[in-house]
Amino acid sequence: MTKRGKSKRAVWDLKIVRRAAVDAIWKLNPQTMMRNPVMFVVEIGSVLTTVLLVRGYRHGLLHSGFSLQITVWLWFTVLFANFAEAMAEGRGKAQADTLRKAKSETIANLLRDGHIEQVASAKLRTGDVVVASAGEFIPGDGEIIEGVASVDESAITGESAPVIREAGGDRSAVTGGTRVLSDQIKVRITSNPGETFLDRMISLVEGASRQKTPNEIALNILLAGLTIIFLLAVVTLQPFAIYSGAPQTVFVLVSLLVCLIPTTIGGLLSAIGIAGMDRLIQHNVLAMSGRAVEAAGDVNTLLLDKTGTITFGNRQATEFVPAPGFTGEQVADAAQLSSLADETPEGRSIVVLAKEKYGLRGRDLATHEAHFIPFTAQTRMSGINLDGREIRKGAVDAVARYLEQNGNALPADVRAAVEKIANTGGTPLVVAENGRAAGVVHLKDIVKGGIRERFAQLRAMGIRTVMITGDNPLTAAAIAREAGVDDFLAEATPEDKMRLIKHEQSQGKLVAMTGDGTNDAPALAQADVGMAMNTGTQAAKEAGNMVDLDSNPTKLIEVVEIGKQLLMTRGALTTFSISNDVAKYFAIIPAMFSGTFPVLNALNVMHLRTPQSAVLSAVIFNALIIVALIPLALRGVSYRALSAEALLRRNLFLYGLGGLIAPFIGIKLIDVLLTASHLA
Amino acid sequence: MTAQGWFQISVFFLAVLALAKPLGIYMARFFEHERTFFDPVARPVERIIYKLTRVDEQHEMRWTEYGAAMLMFSVVSMLLLYVFLRLQHFLPLNPQGFPGAAPDLSFNTAASFTTNTNWQAYVPETTVSYLTQMAGLAYHNFVSAAVGIALAIAFIRGIARHERETIGNFWVDMTRATLWLLLPVCIGFSIVLVSQGVLQNLKPYQTVKLVQPQRSADGKVTSTQTLAMGPVASQEAIKMFGTNGGGFFNANSAHPFENPTPLSNFLEMLAIFAIPSGLTYTLGRMTGSQRHGWAVWSAMAVLFLVGGTTVYWAESHGNPLLHGVDEQHTASQSGGNMEGKEVRFGIAGSALFATATTDASCGAVNSMHDSYMPLGGMVLLVNILLGEVVFGGVGAGMYGILIFIILTVFIAGLMVGRTPEYLGKKIEAYDVKMAMLAILILPLLILVFTAISVVWPSFLASIANPGPHGLSEIFYAFASGAGNNGSAFAGLNANTLWYNTTLGVDMLFGRFLMIIPMLAIAGNLARKKTVPASPGTFPVATPTFAVLLMSVILVVGALTYFPVLSLGPVLEHLLMAAGKVF
Amino acid sequence: MKKHFVNAVLMTVVTTVLLGIVYPLAVTAIAQVLFRSKADGQIIYRNGQAIGSRIIGQPFTGPEYFHSRPSAAGDGYDAAQSGGSNLSPTNHILVEDVEKRVKAEQVGSNPVPIDLVTASASGLDPDISPAAAYYQMARVAHSRGIPESAVQSLIERHTQRRQLGFLGASHVNVLELNLALDRLYPVHN
Repeated sequence: MTKRGKSKRAVWDLKIVRRAAVDAIWKLNPQTMMRNPVMFVVEIGSVLTTVLLVRGYRHGLLHSGFSLQITVWLWFTVLFANFAEAMAEGRGKAQADTLRKAKSETIANLLRDGHIEQVASAKLRTGDVVVASAGEFIPGDGEIIEGVASVDESAITGESAPVIREAGGDRSAVTGGTRVLSDQIKVRITSNPGETFLDRMISLVEGASRQKTPNEIALNILLAGLTIIFLLAVVTLQPFAIYSGAPQTVFVLVSLLVCLIPTTIGGLLSAIGIAGMDRLIQHNVLAMSGRAVEAAGDVNTLLLDKTGTITFGNRQATEFVPAPGFTGEQVADAAQLSSLADETPEGRSIVVLAKEKYGLRGRDLATHEAHFIPFTAQTRMSGINLDGREIRKGAVDAVARYLEQNGNALPADVRAAVEKIANTGGTPLVVAENGRAAGVVHLKDIVKGGIRERFAQLRAMGIRTVMITGDNPLTAAAIAREAGVDDFLAEATPEDKMRLIKHEQSQGKLVAMTGDGTNDAPALAQADVGMAMNTGTQAAKEAGNMVDLDSNPTKLIEVVEIGKQLLMTRGALTTFSISNDVAKYFAIIPAMFSGTFPVLNALNVMHLRTPQSAVLSAVIFNALIIVALIPLALRGVSYRALSAEALLRRNLFLYGLGGLIAPFIGIKLIDVLLTASHLA
Repeated sequence: MTAQGWFQISVFFLAVLALAKPLGIYMARFFEHERTFFDPVARPVERIIYKLTRVDEQHEMRWTEYGAAMLMFSVVSMLLLYVFLRLQHFLPLNPQGFPGAAPDLSFNTAASFTTNTNWQAYVPETTVSYLTQMAGLAYHNFVSAAVGIALAIAFIRGIARHERETIGNFWVDMTRATLWLLLPVCIGFSIVLVSQGVLQNLKPYQTVKLVQPQRSADGKVTSTQTLAMGPVASQEAIKMFGTNGGGFFNANSAHPFENPTPLSNFLEMLAIFAIPSGLTYTLGRMTGSQRHGWAVWSAMAVLFLVGGTTVYWAESHGNPLLHGVDEQHTASQSGGNMEGKEVRFGIAGSALFATATTDASCGAVNSMHDSYMPLGGMVLLVNILLGEVVFGGVGAGMYGILIFIILTVFIAGLMVGRTPEYLGKKIEAYDVKMAMLAILILPLLILVFTAISVVWPSFLASIANPGPHGLSEIFYAFASGAGNNGSAFAGLNANTLWYNTTLGVDMLFGRFLMIIPMLAIAGNLARKKTVPASPGTFPVATPTFAVLLMSVILVVGALTYFPVLSLGPVLEHLLMAAGKVF
Repeated sequence: MKKHFVNAVLMTVVTTVLLGIVYPLAVTAIAQVLFRSKADGQIIYRNGQAIGSRIIGQPFTGPEYFHSRPSAAGDGYDAAQSGGSNLSPTNHILVEDVEKRVKAEQVGSNPVPIDLVTASASGLDPDISPAAAYYQMARVAHSRGIPESAVQSLIERHTQRRQLGFLGASHVNVLELNLALDRLYPVHN
């Protein structure tokens, strides 16, 4: 998560603003605008008033400053909306530029018929085999088929610490554009030029291949429908005005139309979508489509791998339970000695625990006559022979067998301790000294801090969490209880996982999961949100619809939150936009007709000074609100883990009622300013 | 505004509430083929009908087939009514010897009754024979109501079912609506109405000698009065219960022969809301979310109370332009604006009836809406413009509000951080498209037709009341037509070629172009999976939802019609306050 | 499609017979048996002559009768052409009409009860408010040469209170009141 800092980058980054301002103008191209029906209508309105304005000047009809100001502000409305979109794209574009540098042409050492041939990386095809040595860039995506190397993947992940990549297993995938730091590897290329991960990543962050998501399409239909309704209302208003003896000018009618149609959400809609994707990228997660982000918001069930997500990857020693005749310190001492040569995290945690609890320091064994017994598949124990002491540690059955060979049995107390530890989800490790059981080490899966609260929040939002683990049901149940997940799947095989996903989906639920192994691929593809770890296999990365560059499975929860936030932002701004209209009517309708019917000034509740200033204030407010809401669109509305009912009440109050009231204040303020500056 | 007035409104409200559950359960049961106490009577008749009409009652229909059957039935039965109107002088039961109606009027009337609108561009007692009333008009009162209820049930099935292609059988639904509900209730209700003084005979019009012969200004002496007769009660019952609203007489429910007493008035109002209110309970029951049904009911109830109170208030205050009159409420008079109202109903009984009839797409009137105070009349107009979803027409109100619910869920649903869903059904682009089409059709018809009518001098000639009120008259006509209400600002002379034709189109499009997208949504929802509810699901069974639904209905309606309302009733009100007459 | 057409035609025919013919005739039969007079319009006979329906208003002019409300049905109380004026509150015709009626009905400078000078919805309103009846009491008594108290008690007897105590508004049936006047205090001319 080294890039988290980046997301704190100010919304108004000067470089991005400058580029967005230029882009906003380019986006005026009608072909581009047509994709956004609401803003397209505004553009047509602006063109219409401009033509009338120009014709007026040509025919020597002196237009008032009013018509000119209206026209200018209409154009600004379109530009502001374009600017919002360009701003949202800006951060992605900046990032794409960095990525492009990594993509710069490299020379590949192509292995052909046993010879190495130097070819341009762009010439590589799927199935080619290349060799990359220390200091060289890996020329394309692929699987290591031979060798092990440390690789600098910072160009893609932003993480500067090198990672180990090796042939076979789940750490075999390499990405084009990353650099080998040590050793040499042989890589089979798995993608054709233009289709590499880097290419995809560039087009994703840039938004070039961005397609409207299903919900965005639906929302666009709603907005288009509303636009048609308001078009009807405004077009037919002229006949009614004529009947009433108060026909209106085109400038005023276009102003009314633009104020009524949902320009706020229409102008910000695509920016919200892009910003949502961008927020994921700031979290170092690549979503292959916007649809996946939406699906994340809808997820009903989260399948979380126990290891690495709910618990730290490794078990740790938490307790020494002495056997009859031994003290805690003696057990700790024996356990520590037997673990000194054990470089596994479990072994190290025993050393540390003994030191913490009893002040036992790791001893320099060079002065002693020490003989380490390594772990073997036969004995399933490890240990040490030291100064006549024979210390062994291992799983209970292995140690029991060892004791039997020495004519001893496992004492009942020890057996009880072992069972107690197993029942609480821990792993008991029995320590024996000179053929006698000395005690038990309690190795425990450590549940990550705060995860329980996280799950409680998810539950409040109606999301069920299911823990997936290879542990036996007893252990799994204990950890599930401690972590506060809703359910667990023990002794899970990839097939079990698949079955669970399909079962959930058959009930209409959406499922999210993470995975990295090749055998996770089918489940990743089946899940509605499948987040593959970047460290995982190529197959896994291709099956999922998201890739986490940090390879941190806990992030699935954040992905869900980002999805929800995206949808909430859309809903909030839609509601805000529609609520705004009420005030605009109260500004413009009295302005239109109070000349003919002074009694209609009763509707001028804001007491706007003149009809011109009223119309102009509404138009200006309508344009400025787009700019004012850009930060909200880009950052997303503030997210709270609440029940739907509570969220709805809160957001309705903020954006519904707020949307109703805000423009009354805003328009009045602009009117005061305009009048004070004699602009209207 | 009086204590008795408020009490009458409260009792009415409670009666509507009390009817909702039993009627709702009963409807859910017989539509889902569960056993009801009425089966022994209705089931044999039902079997005979299917045999005679060759309907296979086991057959389930997709939405397209359901819609096609519904359209086919509507076309055929509309043609029959057209024939009745044109050829009534060749048919029996025409004691007054009325000639056949003109083609444009016949088209308008046939469209009007087929669409459950019951807009009447004619004076019934001088135009239509008893046979046309019974077998033409009252008949359509039954079937257009049955069709409406069937459609609502089909829509509810669309929500309740999942991963299914079909939404029921149109013929079965409309037959059951008739046999289990409309027909038995109307038999009872019409007898009760007769007991209050509503006519039910086939006699020719009766001539009586006036107690005091009258001499008019030009010296003509009138010494007799001709009393129109006819089979009124049988038509009156279904007219109210089926929210049709087409009067047997021109004065509709203001006529003493249609609505003789305050009690008959009360029962007629109750009949308007009975089925629509019950359907909300049916919705809750069939979709397995009774609280949702009540939430919808509450939203409707609040809108009804707000509207009713406003009308009552506006009418109680009387007309400030009249001088030398006593408009105060006292123990011995209602006071208020009595132009176009009947003494026996008083202000409360009139305002309540007017609110109910426009909330529902009934359109029966017991007072003349055209003579309402500007703001009182505006509320009636707004009730229609909101889409008649405040209880609404039988069936039509239900599917109308379901469209609004889908819109509400879509707009606000995102705010809970999930893509919108309604009772477990995801609301997607197709559903939104169809909902928008259904919502769009009303403003399109109403605004465009009104706009054309108010700038064409010859169409303006039909206006009875000049000034802003003239705009309201034309606007009300097209709103009432498209919304299938049928009430009118009746000063407008609508029996002209232009209005007969355009209003006919207005009514047909307003009904069927809304029904088709509605059925499309029903079919599409039935196909979807149901997502199980969780704390993260958008709540549709809470007060928040009811408030939200009301807001969406009000905001959509207000935003669409604010300009024309401000040039019509609002302007009239303000000018009236300033003492201006037209 | 063809199947639906056949269904539609047959369904139209069958339901028309059931709902359009059988149902109204059946209701007519029941009504005629149970409530014959009401089903036939509550016709009032005097000396064997039908002189009106109890619930349909009639026009009355002259000082000796209680006046009914103004009527917009046909030329006034045309019971074969019911309807209201449909005049809007801001229509000058309404304002002028009311002004004329006020002039005709007004006693001194007392304001006239509103229902007496405004047209009813049906044009056949059989009733006036008790206030409107009391307002005419002095005129009627004077023209018939009888004490006001006699007229007052007659009005009281003919005042129908709110049905069930809360429905509608109290009202006085003009035809019945005038018939009672004629019966009890006939005008000799």
